[in-house]
Amino acid sequence: MGVRSVFYLGVDVGSVSTNLVLVDQLGNVEETIYLRTQGRPLAVIQTGLKELAKRYPDEAIGGVGTTGSARTLGAVILGADVVKNEITTHAVAAEQIVPGVRTILEIGGQDSKLILLKNGVVTDFAMNTVCAAGTGSFLDQQAARLQIPITKFGSLAAEARHAVRIAGRCSVFAESDMIHKQQTGHTLPDIIAGLCEALVRNYLNNLGKGKQLVPPIVFQGGVAANVGMCRAFEKALGQAIIVPEHHMVMGAVGAAILAGEAVKQKGGASNFKGLAMAEQPLVAGSKECKDCPNLCEVIEICEAGQPIARWGDRCGKWESSVAAGKQDWPDLKPQTAVR
Amino acid sequence: MKITFPHMGNTAIVLKALFGELGLTFVPPPPITKHTLSLGVQHSPEAACLPLKINMGNFIEAIELGADTIVMAGGVGPCRFGYYHQVQNEILKDLYCEVKMVVLEPPDNHIGEFFARMRLLTGTNSWWRLLKAMRFAFEKCVALDMLEQEASYLRCRELKRGQVDRVYRKACQGIDLASTIKDVRWCRDEFMEEMRALPLDWQKQPVKIGLTGEIYSLLEPYASGHMEKHLGHLGAEVRRSLYLHEWINEHLFMGLLRVRTHHQARKLAVPYLSCQVGGHGQEAIGSTLEFIRNGFDGVIKVAPLTCMPEIVAQAILPWVEKDHGIPVMTIYMDEQTGEAGLLTRLEAFVDMLERKKRAGCSKWG
Repeated sequence: MGVRSVFYLGVDVGSVSTNLVLVDQLGNVEETIYLRTQGRPLAVIQTGLKELAKRYPDEAIGGVGTTGSARTLGAVILGADVVKNEITTHAVAAEQIVPGVRTILEIGGQDSKLILLKNGVVTDFAMNTVCAAGTGSFLDQQAARLQIPITKFGSLAAEARHAVRIAGRCSVFAESDMIHKQQTGHTLPDIIAGLCEALVRNYLNNLGKGKQLVPPIVFQGGVAANVGMCRAFEKALGQAIIVPEHHMVMGAVGAAILAGEAVKQKGGASNFKGLAMAEQPLVAGSKECKDCPNLCEVIEICEAGQPIARWGDRCGKWESSVAAGKQDWPDLKPQTAVR
Repeated sequence: MKITFPHMGNTAIVLKALFGELGLTFVPPPPITKHTLSLGVQHSPEAACLPLKINMGNFIEAIELGADTIVMAGGVGPCRFGYYHQVQNEILKDLYCEVKMVVLEPPDNHIGEFFARMRLLTGTNSWWRLLKAMRFAFEKCVALDMLEQEASYLRCRELKRGQVDRVYRKACQGIDLASTIKDVRWCRDEFMEEMRALPLDWQKQPVKIGLTGEIYSLLEPYASGHMEKHLGHLGAEVRRSLYLHEWINEHLFMGLLRVRTHHQARKLAVPYLSCQVGGHGQEAIGSTLEFIRNGFDGVIKVAPLTCMPEIVAQAILPWVEKDHGIPVMTIYMDEQTGEAGLLTRLEAFVDMLERKKRAGCSKWG
């Protein structure tokens, strides 16, 4: 493909990973970059941009969309054309890659979602509410405890002959149950397979209650790479599970597709600030506003010493202070400065 | 005697009017903040629901300001709220705060019982004066509810974010200061006009979301993470299934006034849930059906975590969804609820409704 073709950039800044994706005009994935967020979203986005800048000129990017828990932050830095929640982006991407999809299972780093669609439109969704048991972080942690690389975790589960039953409602109790099963002499594959089944049970009980999961079913998110989890879902649902090729970065793919739509709607102009943003010194700081007892934590992003955005205040006075040209940040002592 | 009371939305303004008219001294608790919540959480049983914890925070903060008598609502039926005043009284005793707790409960048989309880508070005031004070306070309540309803209707249409809320806050202050019924009405009309005269997008056809669920979460913005406001800013027109004056009329005045009641909602709920399960469980189902009848695009049910009546309703609502093709989302709130997660859910819900509306498939499933 020539240099002249235009791509849309989708950026998904999640709790565990940050993904950058380029899709072409037809929604085909051209480039994916998968990075670990490691609690430093700003630096990671810039690393991703540097990677892109090596291979693509600024003109190749015709629009930007951000999603994930740090979508607002990402949007400010990049000049996004669209900022969307993860539900919408995952649904859009799945529909693009598996047309006619009816059910999306998504398990990410710290949340899990269930999305139901009909005729390409989301009709219902559920997200884990009060508990994060069964998400990627927990699997990560257990893999580390058992000293097995997370990439091998799933294939090990596939070797199981008889999955043991593990209490999966709470991740702390699941862990003690696993230790108990280890001590009584069950094999590792059996325990891991049991853990996968417990997590799937927990997922379906939490999110799938009262909902009909109609095929085709797509499983995406970081955890979809885990063969053990796929098997467990297939066993529990009695249906084939489709894991798309780019299941790790589906949120970013959706954001990119939506960015394309948004730019076309606006008439072709993008707000994208350019790949040179990778070189800009960006500093984020948060301060506690003490003007009222709400004690809002206000976040400020500075580009070369100039504030470009503030948010997090309930009353909106800091948020609007940047646009109004008021640069001062009086009587707020900086609490933390994260880079 | 210095009276205080828990916050619940605009209840403070209404009760201030009532006590002021009766010549009683009172100390409203400071507005609910993080500090209130952490005080409440510190001194409450962990498994109790969010309203109890916020109430506790209110009481402790008000006692610090010199309050010695607490007016608290009670209740009958399976909801735990009915004995919260007892629990709260015990906790305060353990904290060496000796206060008098006056409980306003729905009368069992006759409205006279309600007046008898009021008597404890009113002392030497004549019945006539009490009636007049109640009428004045109720007038403020109705005016505030009308303004709040209008604000939720207009918020999604404002061209500059925050303008509707600015007028609404001013209106609340105005009504708080009004000293006669005439003033209250003038104030209501004046600010209603001002709100409608703001730069608004009248062409917009927003998605319509009905908010139902547990009363405290509905009425107190802090307890629902300011959900009504967030939904408005996300571009959705919001209407609640319950407003304070409706509850006062139905539960304290035994439905004597001609104000919208929930008889209709309860009747509609019967095919799904034929008996009262306490709290607003049955009403939540009925109101959902009412919203569907009135052409709403989606319904959000909000409740404090561990709320039994709402759990019952939540288990039944998937059937309502299936029968009528309107999505219903349940959101539970407690002191652990993060704002980011709540916003993502609300945004996704509004987005889903908008896309559905655009795709023109209002019926599914």
